[in-house]
Parts: sequence; structure tokens; C-alpha cells
Amino acid sequence: MELTGAEVIIECLKAEGIDYVFGYPGGAVLHIYDAFYKQDDVQHILVRHEQGATHAADGYARATGKPGVVLVTSGPGATNAVTGIATAYMDSIPMIVITGQVPKHLIGNDAFQEVDSVGITRPIVKHNFLINDVNDIAETFKKAFYVATTGRPGPVVIDIPKDITAEKVAFEYPAEIEMRSYNPTVKGHNGQIKRAVDLIVKAERPMIYTGGGVILGDGSEQLRTFTRSLGYPITQTLMGLGAFPASDPLSLGMLGMHGTYEANMSMHHCDVLIAIGARFDDRVTGALEKFCPEAKIIHIDVDPASISKNVKVDIPIVGEVAPVLDAINALLGKSPELTNKGALEKWWAQINEWRAQDCLKYDRTCERIKPQFVVEELHKVTNGDAFITSDVGQHQMFAAQYYGFDKPRRWINSGGLGTMGFGLPAAMGVQLAHPDETVACITGESSIQMCIQELSTCKQYGMPLKIINLNNGYMGMVRQWQEFFYEKRYAMSYFDALPDFVALAESYGHVGIKVEKSADVRPALEEAFKQKDRLVFLDFITDREENVYPMIPAGAGLNEMILV
Amino acid sequence: MVYEDDNSEAVEMKHIISILLENEAGALSRVAGLFSARAYNIESLTVAPTDDPSLSRMTLVTTGTDDIVEQVCKQLNKLVDVVKLVNLTDDAHVERELILIKVKAENEQRDEVKRIVDIFNGHVIDMTDTTYTIEVTGDSEKIDAVLKALEHITMLEVVRSGQLGMGRGDKGMV
Repeated sequence: MELTGAEVIIECLKAEGIDYVFGYPGGAVLHIYDAFYKQDDVQHILVRHEQGATHAADGYARATGKPGVVLVTSGPGATNAVTGIATAYMDSIPMIVITGQVPKHLIGNDAFQEVDSVGITRPIVKHNFLINDVNDIAETFKKAFYVATTGRPGPVVIDIPKDITAEKVAFEYPAEIEMRSYNPTVKGHNGQIKRAVDLIVKAERPMIYTGGGVILGDGSEQLRTFTRSLGYPITQTLMGLGAFPASDPLSLGMLGMHGTYEANMSMHHCDVLIAIGARFDDRVTGALEKFCPEAKIIHIDVDPASISKNVKVDIPIVGEVAPVLDAINALLGKSPELTNKGALEKWWAQINEWRAQDCLKYDRTCERIKPQFVVEELHKVTNGDAFITSDVGQHQMFAAQYYGFDKPRRWINSGGLGTMGFGLPAAMGVQLAHPDETVACITGESSIQMCIQELSTCKQYGMPLKIINLNNGYMGMVRQWQEFFYEKRYAMSYFDALPDFVALAESYGHVGIKVEKSADVRPALEEAFKQKDRLVFLDFITDREENVYPMIPAGAGLNEMILV
Repeated sequence: MVYEDDNSEAVEMKHIISILLENEAGALSRVAGLFSARAYNIESLTVAPTDDPSLSRMTLVTTGTDDIVEQVCKQLNKLVDVVKLVNLTDDAHVERELILIKVKAENEQRDEVKRIVDIFNGHVIDMTDTTYTIEVTGDSEKIDAVLKALEHITMLEVVRSGQLGMGRGDKGMV
């Protein structure tokens, strides 16, 4: 039986096991929407802006490990999706973005709602395709899913001219695909793994530094075994939080610009650095010439281009985190023979001294609401077991520092691109993926307004999110930088006319609660989380000029932190 | 240790990189886009289909420190359209470039230009009463030398192909 191109697209999604597509209709994709209308297997979630569709699909992917799927129309549909595609690209999130395109005979004619979507998205995708023939749809989808989900994952854009979606073709989905130009490495090189193990057991001042790659590569179990069998200290990047439990005494918390004193000092003074699925981002390393001056560095990563990109490493291992750590764990055995036990004891004593600084302390007696306090109370009310999405800014750092993630895929934020507006739509994707789990979005009054329209989507699909708005009336992180580095000239970082968020939430059909005193934080949270089937928007009026500490100023080394 | 130089790695060198890539629309722009997005240099770039029409062969000349060129090669290899990449600079290889030059050639200069062309094993491939169009092939150094030799002649038009390269020996790239 012959199907239309549009029907083939649906069949491809079904064959890939896709249950949700996030999208917004328009002229160039109407055939595809018509095909959606005629079936029930793949549910389409109608967002209110294409950026929301991409972030929702992204959140879905981060929470599940499965690729998120987006469907948007040509022209503005595609350009509105660009921010979300770039967000996914920077954090290596598997995503398929289907963009409609004007009919083939109009391409290049400056037709209505035409943009060169493949050209515009080229630098922010792992790969992209323009389909020229209805016969190529199935194979292109197979390739797109394969590329998006293997190796270092990433978004793939498929641009489909409208005429092709109406043409008919016999559908057959390829069972396997082979691409001569694309063969990601899975297992690490045995010789390199042995060299790494030799160095690991001899370390006197070891440090494990892990990133989002451990979560993307489902290597949490292996990381736990590895770290606990050695008893070495571990720090995780913003993207890596949850891969190793924050509550484990071996965990030194997050490192980098707003990392803990103990994590950054341990990085600076270690003699063997074991980097796993992390990419030595500038927010992590600080000044490169001052980074880990005494360390031999082992780096495990699936992407060879991430190795020795910013920091020269001594033992590179290209491969997926899980199989490489399995191989290392097998060589180490249950209780590895560490050759420098005495030195290791001294190292821990030093680390505990740094820890005693208690760098995350803040004024807990303050009557005004401290943002840190809200996050800590949120942890208690949700038993530390919620899925937390965030936007970008101070609230994101407070969430990362104070929530304490014990499981992977629970902490969902835009780390690489730093996209304000990510949190709410991402939370929608997470909630759909896990309908019975608690999902909260920690945000600020500036970020939330960038995708606030999605409150309407939440109403349509009955998503019982809890929005934790840390409202200080400022773009907090911008204001903090202006305080530190621009002599408190708060240029454009203050909103003169904020909405009444409670009324706003109510107008969308949700519950709004305003909280102004520290003593009311806990009861408000409890009240909100009791409402299992309602979206509750909690507007916390927080201490206006609270800062995120510790902080490493740009250009400084990890040992040059500003403490409270 | 007389020759040991701590900064040796930081020296910028010319590298000639050979790339096999899928002969598909957009493949060239992926390569070119990578260079502009990551602020790498391209000195020259040539590309055309091979004997297998599904593949294009590209020769790319770039300058950079060893570290940067290593990154360039890794990033190129990461492009899904790139099938194979070899940095020819690492091993013995041959290089060729073609130049076409249209020069003013009148009176006694007609003989002089012809002599220079002969010295460089070039050819005059078109002429008018007042001009010659010259073709010379060779490695980049030779092409530069031709241009220098013709410096005092009025050049009306110059076009260089960019370098092509191939490894020496009995092995192919595929």
C-alpha cells in the first residue's frame, strides 16, 4: 500500500518508538498535520511558540535518554526553533527537528515563509538533511535518529518541502543503517585503559571530575562503582549533577565559577585528574594557564574533538563512558590496591579542612526570603527526589548548589548555551515523560517571562508543574556582575513593571501563591505540592541583592575564589 | 639539548589536508562553515568529485600551531559528511597547483615573457597581438616564483587553482 510522504513521516516516528511530538502548525506542514489528525499512535503536543516546542522536546530527552521530536513549519517556525536547537546542541541532547519547507519548485525564490533552514541551523546541529525525494524520507529518518542518538548525541534537523509530503510512496523502514562516514567509537583502547589504571592507583592527590557525558552515556552506575571502590573525591559539573549522589561523603559538590571551595581547591592541588564525560568548559577551568598546574590528566570522552581541545591531557581514552568505566572497574577489582594510602589520608585531611570553610553558608535567620533557603526547603518537601528544571541566572546556580541531586536525569538545565526561557517548556517535556513524578521549575521573574506563554500549554494538557519563581525584581546574575565589576551601575537589569504573577497564573487557569516572608516558605511549598493535579505558580519575593557565592571572577584560577 | 625549543609547538605552520567527503549538497558549506565558525584559517580549498561520483575529494591548506591543526582535523572528522581525512604534511607527499596568468606582451616583452614561461616549464595557451595567457603548474613555491619572475610585466589577470595533494607511495587514501 502506498502512503503519502506525510504518512510516511508518522510511520517513521512510530517505528522509532516516539510517543510525543512537540510542535506548532503552519502552511508548509499542513499535510503532516493532516496525517497526525488521522492517527492516535503519536501524540502531538501543541505549544504556544516554537521555542517552547524545542525546549519541551529537549526536556523530554534529558529526562528519558530518548530523542525528543519537534515539528515546526517553514520560515518563522524554523527560526523560532533555532534557540532551542542551539540549546540542545551545546548540551549534546538527542533531538529530531522536522521543519517544513516551501515546495521544491519555490526553493530559492524568496517564497512566502521561506528560509534556508539547513543553512541557518548548520552550525548548531550534529547534522541536517534537506529531503528532495519522497523515496528518501524513510532512510533519512533512520539516519537522523541514528546520528542523533549515537556517539556524542545532538540535534538533527530534517527539512521537508511541502510537495514531498503529499506525494505517494511505498513505505519501508530500514531495519539497520550503515553510514561509511559516521562510525562513533564505543569501547576504549585497552592499552590506554591499562595506562590510566596504573596512574589512578598511584595517585597521591586524586580528583575525579565528571560532566554531562556520564548522564548522557548512562554511566552513573559505573561511576558510583568506580568512585566508591577507590574512595577518591569527586566533583561534578553543572551538567553532571546527579550522576554521583550529592549526599555521598565522597562528593565535593559542583566545581567551576560557582563551585564549592573544596571542589575548586582540590582541582587546583590534585596530582591526578580523572575527567569523565566532561569538556573542560571555560566556566569550569577558569584561566587555562592556571588550571590544575600539578596534575597528570586522564580524559574519557566519546568525542575525540573534546579531548585536548582546551587542556592538554596525558592519557586520552575515546569511548562511551559506561563501557570504558566497566573495563576500568574490571581491572581495578572490588578493592583496588592503592599504592599511596598514606598520601591519600593526608589528601582527605586537607580536603576536609577546605570543606570546613562551609562555603555555601548563608544567613538562615533572615526574615526576608533567601533564595538558597527556598531551594533547601524545596529539597525537604520533595524528599530530594523531584525532577528539577531551571532557567538561567542566579536561581540556576542556587538550584545547582543547594538542591543536592542524588540521581541522574533529575537536574535539567541549559548549561552550555545558558538559555533563559528554557525551564518551563523543559518541565513540560519532563512531566509528559514522567506523568507520576514531581516536576518543579526553579526560575526567576526575568527568565520565566521569556516563555511564559507555555502556561497555556500546561493548562491544555493538565501538566501539574510546580513553578518556583525566585523573584528579586532584578536580572539577578546580571546585577551581580554589575555590582562586582561595574561599580553597581545596574544598567537595564531591573524591571520597572513586573506582572502580578499570581493573577497571571490564575488567568491561565492555574493556582498562584505569593510568598513574602521566610516563615511562610515551608507552608506554601507544602500547600503547593499537596495539589497533585494543579499547576501551582509560587512567587517568592526574595532578598533583592543576594549574590551567588563562591565566585571565580573571569580570568582567575580555581584557587582564586571570592567567598561570602 | 641545543635544538630543544619549548615554544616549538606554538609555531604556526602550513598544513595540507586531504579530505574525502560525501558528494552531497551542502557538504562543502559544512567544511567552509566550520572554518569560519571556529576562526580557523583557510589558505586554499579545492574540491571536485572523484572517480566514484558519490565522493568528493577536497584539498585544504591551512596554517596554525600543531595544537590548532590537530583540532581542525578532529572537528573536520566529526562532520558527518567526512568519510576520511589525512594530514598530508605528516608524510611524504606531492603537491601541485595550477596558475593562469594573462599578461601584457608587446614588442620586446613578447620574447621575454616567452622565455620566462619556458624556464618554468609553462605554456602560452592563448594570445592576442598584445597579450599572452600563460599556464604553469608546480608546487606553491614554484607558482610564487613564477609570479615573482613576472613582477615587472603588467599582469591583467591571475587565477590560482589552490593546491592539490596526494601521499607518495603505493597506498591509496580510501
